[in-house]
Amino acid sequence: MKTKVLAIDDSRTIRNLLAAALEEAGFEYHCAVDGREGVDMYPDVAPDVVITDINMPNLDGFGVIEELRGEDINSKVPILVLTTESAPELKARARNAGATGWITKPFDDASLIFALKRVTGAAA
Amino acid sequence: MAGSIQDTFFEECEELLEAMDEGLTAIEGGDHDPEVVNAVFRAVHSIKGGAGAFGLDELVAFAHKFETVFDEVRANRLELDTKLIQLLLRSSDHLSDLVAVARDGGSTDEAHHDVLISALEEYIEEEEEELVFQPMGLGGAFDAAPIEMEKERIYKIRFHPLKDMYGTGNEPYFLFQTLADLGTLEVQLDDSELPGFDALDTDESYLTWKLTLTSTESKSAVESVFEFVEGLCELSIESDSDAEDEANALAALDAAFGVMPEEGADQVAAPFEAPVPASEPVAEAADPAPAPAAAKTAAPKAETAKTGPNPTLRVDLERVDRLINAVGELIINHSMLAQQIANLDVADLRDVETELEGFKNLARDIQEGVMSIRAQPVKPLFQRMARIVREASAATGKTCKLVTEGENTEVDKTVIERLSDPLTHILRNAVDHGVEKPEDREAAGKARSGEIRLTASHRSGSVCIEIKDDGAGVNRPRVKQIAIDKGLIPENADLTDSEIDNLLFLPGFSTAKEISNLSGRGVGMDVVKNAVTALGGRINISSTPGKGSTFTIILPLTLAVMDGMVVSVADQTMVVPITSIVETMRGSDDMVNNLGADGTLLSIRGNFVPVCDVGAALGLDKPDHDQPPGVYLLVETETGQRSALAVDDIHDQRQVVIKSLDGVCGNIPGVAAATILGDGKIAMILDPESILAASPSAAAFDTERRLNNAIAS
Repeated sequence: MKTKVLAIDDSRTIRNLLAAALEEAGFEYHCAVDGREGVDMYPDVAPDVVITDINMPNLDGFGVIEELRGEDINSKVPILVLTTESAPELKARARNAGATGWITKPFDDASLIFALKRVTGAAA
Repeated sequence: MAGSIQDTFFEECEELLEAMDEGLTAIEGGDHDPEVVNAVFRAVHSIKGGAGAFGLDELVAFAHKFETVFDEVRANRLELDTKLIQLLLRSSDHLSDLVAVARDGGSTDEAHHDVLISALEEYIEEEEEELVFQPMGLGGAFDAAPIEMEKERIYKIRFHPLKDMYGTGNEPYFLFQTLADLGTLEVQLDDSELPGFDALDTDESYLTWKLTLTSTESKSAVESVFEFVEGLCELSIESDSDAEDEANALAALDAAFGVMPEEGADQVAAPFEAPVPASEPVAEAADPAPAPAAAKTAAPKAETAKTGPNPTLRVDLERVDRLINAVGELIINHSMLAQQIANLDVADLRDVETELEGFKNLARDIQEGVMSIRAQPVKPLFQRMARIVREASAATGKTCKLVTEGENTEVDKTVIERLSDPLTHILRNAVDHGVEKPEDREAAGKARSGEIRLTASHRSGSVCIEIKDDGAGVNRPRVKQIAIDKGLIPENADLTDSEIDNLLFLPGFSTAKEISNLSGRGVGMDVVKNAVTALGGRINISSTPGKGSTFTIILPLTLAVMDGMVVSVADQTMVVPITSIVETMRGSDDMVNNLGADGTLLSIRGNFVPVCDVGAALGLDKPDHDQPPGVYLLVETETGQRSALAVDDIHDQRQVVIKSLDGVCGNIPGVAAATILGDGKIAMILDPESILAASPSAAAFDTERRLNNAIAS
């Protein structure tokens, strides 16, 4: 069975890039356009891994992580954050909220797949 | 694929730039709501993110500075004062330019770029580290191969997760799987710390793994596997060739200084025996891990793949236009059908007519639906105009603010596209010639900052766009003098105020003493007028000295279908646009007053209006004063003047499909376009304004006509 990825990003460009890379690599790709939609979609999609942007309208990436890890949803799936900067404090904040790892934009396909591999064990 | 994603990026950039402009305009207007600031920040941030993906370095670098300043604002470390807002506005304009350059090629003003960059940097406090777009989270795994790449090494790894690691969703098992990709992995679980069942704390981490990896990868590649758990585990990675690496480095150093390597280095480098690879070592070792179960069972299965909240469909414009054409044919087809049914010799047609009426309503619904696909709000257009006013103000040293209203008014896409140039020109003119200098304004008791109001609204089947400034108004004596100097009107011309204002639209008129590079550019308002006329619209100016001027542009809602009154003129069937008709009336002798050789006035409720015999104006028959025509159509011109069009009869009022005459028989004065009627015949659609201009009897009130006469005389 394909590994299901739920990508949450308000940028259509990034969503398209993710979709192209992930679908080519054989992942099942779902996307949401902001944090609120991502959290709302989560139960239905039941992804194996979540990739989320940080800066988004209607609930930012930190909020997404907090809600997914919170008591209501209590998700244990890996969550990767997409960040433009490699700022250590941003990573620390994301990790404290419960993020599993990070992908720095701009990403190439190999680094994206490598990040997914480390948290899901799946290359597809 | 990459190309289409890049297209998406530029499309998205347009939206983001709009959102950015909208936010900045709100901020400029005093709205410093954190959400507004956030929205602008996100827009710039997203542009940067996308630009990075396509290697658009200049754009990335500028967006980064811009965004950093905005981040400071967001964190309340910077105050949004006028100076900063102006800088942000100019930066947003420059960002738009950079996006345009990235998309269309060309280059931006480098000096301007540098000025903005350094102005932005002034707001960025600490020395910021240079932005390096190195794919992170990758470590050295995919870096250029080091020299020793091919050599197999043995890594001894000790990995002890801290309990915090499990809360982050990192699984030792997956890390080991990733490691196994790098070479051959042997996993040994050390569970010696694991207490008895009764003493077990399920939140504690007791397990340690000892891993042996045989791989040709570099040490940094191995380390990068553990990037996400750095600080969340005890980790040591030792390599048999650590010493060798050092020795190699030393050797390289020595070589650089011309020293021969010592013999001993080779001995250290000798690989020791590689362990026998196990078939599934990883899985066995990972099973007892106390890691939380993956959420595969957490939620009921649902395979629905959702997309965005407001699904939209991108359609090739050509397809929509094909549909519009087909709807046009449908409407024509309906009228033909209706006509043929009416001609049938059948006693009772009531049922058929009811159905036919339904058909007509459906056709109209379809037509409106298709038109609405092409309709777009004028908002993006208006937002671009804010920039025009900003730039024009900066260039002239004036302060002007653009206030927009009715931004959600929807107008046909083509109309919006073609309105951009005329609007730009009018706005530049308004800033350049309309609004006074701040000192002069103050002296006149006005606010230092001028206001230009751009309004869009729907007005009975047309779109009305108004550009109103609060400047000095048209300087009529000067305008008249210029027109006389340029030989556009005779010296003794007697013109009303409104006529003088409309002189601005005459070809060859320009009030600027020198052609300023701002609104000059060698074109006058006549070009604006032509552009509006080409869209089937009209433009008009009204002005109050000291209070300002208002340009009014009236445009048809669509370019394809309109409501028309079907009339007959000299045995020909013609169509007059309903929108231009104020009133219709049957003629009677006592209403008509002859005036001179070829002038006729119609007396309507005590008011006299000039009459234009359409047949005569079009050269179809001679005016016949003895026998008054059957029907008068009272029309109102843009200047508010009324006149009556004399036609023989009115037949019908219906929707007609506009068929352009361009390329068929060129421009005929008085005729706007053609249409196909129910009987299959072609009928001309009249343009009342130009008929009046061409009519000798109505010339008495028409500015342009009269001016032309004056010039000719």
